[in-house]
Amino acid sequence: MAENGIGARVRRKEDARFLVGKSTYTDDINRPGQAHAVFVRSPHAHATIKKVDISKALKAPGVVAVLTGANMLADKVNGLPAGWQIHSKDGSPMNEPPHIPLAPDKARYVGDHIAVVIAETRNQARDAAELVDVSYEPLKAVVNVAEADKGGAPQVHDQAPGNLCYDWHLGDKAAVDAALAKAAHVVKLDLVNNRLVPNAIEPRAGIGEYDAATDRYTLYTSSQNPHVIRLLMGAFVLGIPEHKLRVVSPDVGGGFGSKIFHYAEEAVLTWAAKKVGRPVKWTAERSESFLCDAHGRDHATHVELALDKDHKFTALKVSTKAAMGAYLSTFAPAIPTWLYGTLLAGVYTTPAVYVETKALFTNTSAVDAYRGAGRPEACYLLERVVERAAWQLGIDPVELRRKNVIPASAMPYQTPVALQYDCGDFGKNLNDAAKVVDWAGFAKRREESKKRGQLRGIGISHYIEACGIAPSAVVGALGGRAGLYESAEVRFHPTGSVTVFTGSHPHGQSNETTFAQIVADKLGIPIENVEIVHGDTDRIPFGMGTYGSRSLAVGGSALVKAIDKVIAKGKKIAAHQLEASEADIEFKDGVFRVAGTDKQKAIGEIALSAYVPHNFPHETTEPGLDESAFYDPKNFTFPSGCHIAEVEVDPETGTTKVLRFVAVDDFGNIINPMIVEGQVHGGITQGIGQALTENCVYDAQSGQLLTGSFMDYCMPKADDVPSFEVSTNVVPCTHNPLGVKGCGEAGTIGAAAAVINALLDALKPLGVKEFDMPASPHRVWQAIQNASRKAAD
Amino acid sequence: MYSFAYHKPTSVKDAAGAFAKGSEARYLAGGHTLLPSMRLRLSHPSDLVDLAGVAELKGIKVDGGTVTIGAMTPHGEVASNAAVAKAIPALAKLAGGIGDPQVRNRGTIGGSLANSDPAADYPAAVLGLGATIKTNKREIKADDYFKGLFETALEDGELITSVSFPVPEKAGYAKFANPASRYAIVGVFVAKTKGGVRVAVTGAGPCAFRQAAMEKALSGGFTADAVANVKHAASGLNSDLHASAEYRAHLVTVMAKRAVAAAS
Ligand SMILES: Cc1cc2nc3c(=O)[nH]c(=O)nc-3n(C[C@H](O)[C@H](O)[C@H](O)COP(=O)(O)OP(=O)(O)OC[C@H]3O[C@@H](n4cnc5c(N)ncnc54)[C@H](O)[C@@H]3O)c2cc1C
Repeated sequence: MAENGIGARVRRKEDARFLVGKSTYTDDINRPGQAHAVFVRSPHAHATIKKVDISKALKAPGVVAVLTGANMLADKVNGLPAGWQIHSKDGSPMNEPPHIPLAPDKARYVGDHIAVVIAETRNQARDAAELVDVSYEPLKAVVNVAEADKGGAPQVHDQAPGNLCYDWHLGDKAAVDAALAKAAHVVKLDLVNNRLVPNAIEPRAGIGEYDAATDRYTLYTSSQNPHVIRLLMGAFVLGIPEHKLRVVSPDVGGGFGSKIFHYAEEAVLTWAAKKVGRPVKWTAERSESFLCDAHGRDHATHVELALDKDHKFTALKVSTKAAMGAYLSTFAPAIPTWLYGTLLAGVYTTPAVYVETKALFTNTSAVDAYRGAGRPEACYLLERVVERAAWQLGIDPVELRRKNVIPASAMPYQTPVALQYDCGDFGKNLNDAAKVVDWAGFAKRREESKKRGQLRGIGISHYIEACGIAPSAVVGALGGRAGLYESAEVRFHPTGSVTVFTGSHPHGQSNETTFAQIVADKLGIPIENVEIVHGDTDRIPFGMGTYGSRSLAVGGSALVKAIDKVIAKGKKIAAHQLEASEADIEFKDGVFRVAGTDKQKAIGEIALSAYVPHNFPHETTEPGLDESAFYDPKNFTFPSGCHIAEVEVDPETGTTKVLRFVAVDDFGNIINPMIVEGQVHGGITQGIGQALTENCVYDAQSGQLLTGSFMDYCMPKADDVPSFEVSTNVVPCTHNPLGVKGCGEAGTIGAAAAVINALLDALKPLGVKEFDMPASPHRVWQAIQNASRKAAD
Repeated sequence: MYSFAYHKPTSVKDAAGAFAKGSEARYLAGGHTLLPSMRLRLSHPSDLVDLAGVAELKGIKVDGGTVTIGAMTPHGEVASNAAVAKAIPALAKLAGGIGDPQVRNRGTIGGSLANSDPAADYPAAVLGLGATIKTNKREIKADDYFKGLFETALEDGELITSVSFPVPEKAGYAKFANPASRYAIVGVFVAKTKGGVRVAVTGAGPCAFRQAAMEKALSGGFTADAVANVKHAASGLNSDLHASAEYRAHLVTVMAKRAVAAAS
């Protein structure tokens, strides 16, 4: 292994600027002559907009303009598009109500954009925003997804009766029903997957700019994928051709999915910049982030698992209601369908799986991809029902899983829900984790806790997920409206250093380090000589951005392809200069050598001669050493793993403490173990957050967001989590050049089920059987009270 | 934030004077409650009278049987003061459990008591120890100070200058923190004093209050078991997203037990 190459624990290159506060986030950018925007947002969850009177606001000090939905309609601004089209069971396309960035006639959630006030200073814009007089006629609101399709529920969109966006399904229903009918055992559960607020540390921000001299727009935005924003906003919303629109996304302080999507603010800022003839800047306040960033999860599900007399799973049937929120966010329709239903075979040999998902509009912020995006919901559901089966049948949960796990020898494995797993050793993940945690010794640890008056429990989550989204042809067939390849350009400079232009766009994933490691390793140059450029549509080739743990598997693969082209070209040049045949040139550790001789040229020399082509094979080769590649994945990648949590519950207060957390993960080959561990730690913490602390709550009557600040929305803190025991079990991916699978979301996908299974194990002696996240002390205490009341009845 | 006039007096007298001149003046201490509410535009003072320059409001004095803490003393200083830790360890521990380090370095005892958040910690100690709140006008006994939700005996413009805590024989504090904000969902302060046992509860009701039945039970024997079966009624207690009134009532007993067990 090269010192800073693949597999090394290289410290993050980007930290030099992040740790000393020298990074450039969108809010750090100020454009000459910029004005400031403040949005007037609906205080009602659901209301007809009768009138928007801007006359007072227009006269306020410093006000440049006040724009409303009426201005947008007059300018023929279109709605924000959904990037994925799902079809219902009956073949009809999903319901896609328009989403004009400034609501012209109806407010559909608390925080909905009604008007924008642009002024010389932010404070002046805020003052004037209070003077915009909106007459509302409040309507009844529906915020709970389980209620949204009931008769008499308020209708979020007139064109979506029953609040239905789509009613989708996957799998063989007849086979599943038949298996359930003749099953020896059927295990049933009703579960709620709680709504979460992503809470990136950097709030969303943007600056729209228009240059009349060149008729060009620029949007600075805190986004995970600038090209996708350019495409969606330019082509669909504002009608700006791509050569006239530049999207720059500089350093991005976290996203967790919430910055994938094209948001109303981006379109408004870009549109308004031309109208007022000045750059227009906006940075979300934290309260706005709570209200208007796309949220995650929010499912209500019924599941049935059929087992035969030998405890083999014979069928799984899942029925889910998934909230879309008030409007369809960019990827929202794909999350509770293709990123959820397809994962319901899990790591098990269940021969028949059927899932149906009803996507429903609610008077809430939109729900879209959030770290894991569909897969955490699938894993949680599956691992909860498997654990319940073990309990109901009185067998060891490890044994039950072993009995049903897909063996490594069965790879590649075709699941009954569309995916084909290329590789993985799930049984080993389970065995390794059970060994690390000392499964057999748990009874003793439980006794020890009991002596201290504490209830101890242990819980497993045996997950698989799908990353590296995805083969474009497959995505297209499933309703995706874009391709999901990635691009890379490797520009070898004359004096031996390299700049990589990548379509991936990190917001905490350390791509600037790991991508540089790949270049250093493959081209044999010092890592200091590599620069990774991302996030600017004027500089980088068309790329699809960073989400779904795809940067390394897809973006890294594109990079390897480009590197291979550089090496291939270098061989041609070296062959010419060394007077050998191209086939005889080997490349290793930065040196081209004629095989079996000591005739060689360093890659730096070759690069120089590519730009100073005095001695150069001009007949066959162009000067320069600058190669691009696009990589379209052949399949999803399938990280898998086993998480085991041990918790202790204080029965007096209901407090749950995670004492241990063991994770054995298979991410395929690992470029930088330190960074992988960091991703796993953060991911697990987010999963524990969902399990124990986080919960986004809207008032059922008023539709107000009750958890609109960190005083009420409980983020997990460092002292809420134990020191993690993580290790890896490497089974290289079979279909990408690096053999990598992706590690960005796995922690979040696996963790929640492990913790809740452990909690239920701890509460077993008290008779608690049902529990929905989060396990806040209050909710756990209530569950204990309810169980003891039931026992007393 | 709306605009306001800013004053930075150097004496209590000038502070009170500046306050009196403003139409809707407010004192500014650590700003950890006031500034967020101004940023959210929930509060709109005409004048801010910053107390940071008033030296006489700062500092901790421990003499004889009394701990006196200046109104502008931040929580962190109380938590780390060796003399306080020796005289009333429960008070130092309480201060050390307020918020996080940033909050403890800015938030002050005067600000906390003037604000009287139903979930604040200090009110439990003030009431539990029978402290005296000194203002620029008078002295107010703890039992007369807390009046209701964010409501105290302070008059408009009255400035807290210090708080005096009589040193008890024994005292303990147990807090069940809100997992999100880490304010008290329920905090119980118990003290065995010359004048008898005092039990004060914060977080559970609109403001801190004494729990008479527990005081009586502990007078018979200052042990955790003595309060283990004293139940607190749920009626009148706070009920919100984080804790129902029933849960808070239950926690009053649990925290009282733990406070007694921790008392030293
Ligand atoms: C994140 C966070 C977590 C917190 N957690 C806790 C917690 O766990 N427990 C807890 O008890 N508290 C907690 N607090 C509150 C904090 O500890 C302070 O006590 C509180 O903010 C008030 O003190 P201050 O000095 O900041 O007052 P300020 O915010 O400056 O003032 C508060 C009010 O008191 C008035 N005032 C201030 N000083 C005086 C005076 N001397 N005389 C008269 N009136 C005065 C002001 O005019 C204002 O109305 C938390 C705060 C934050 C921001």
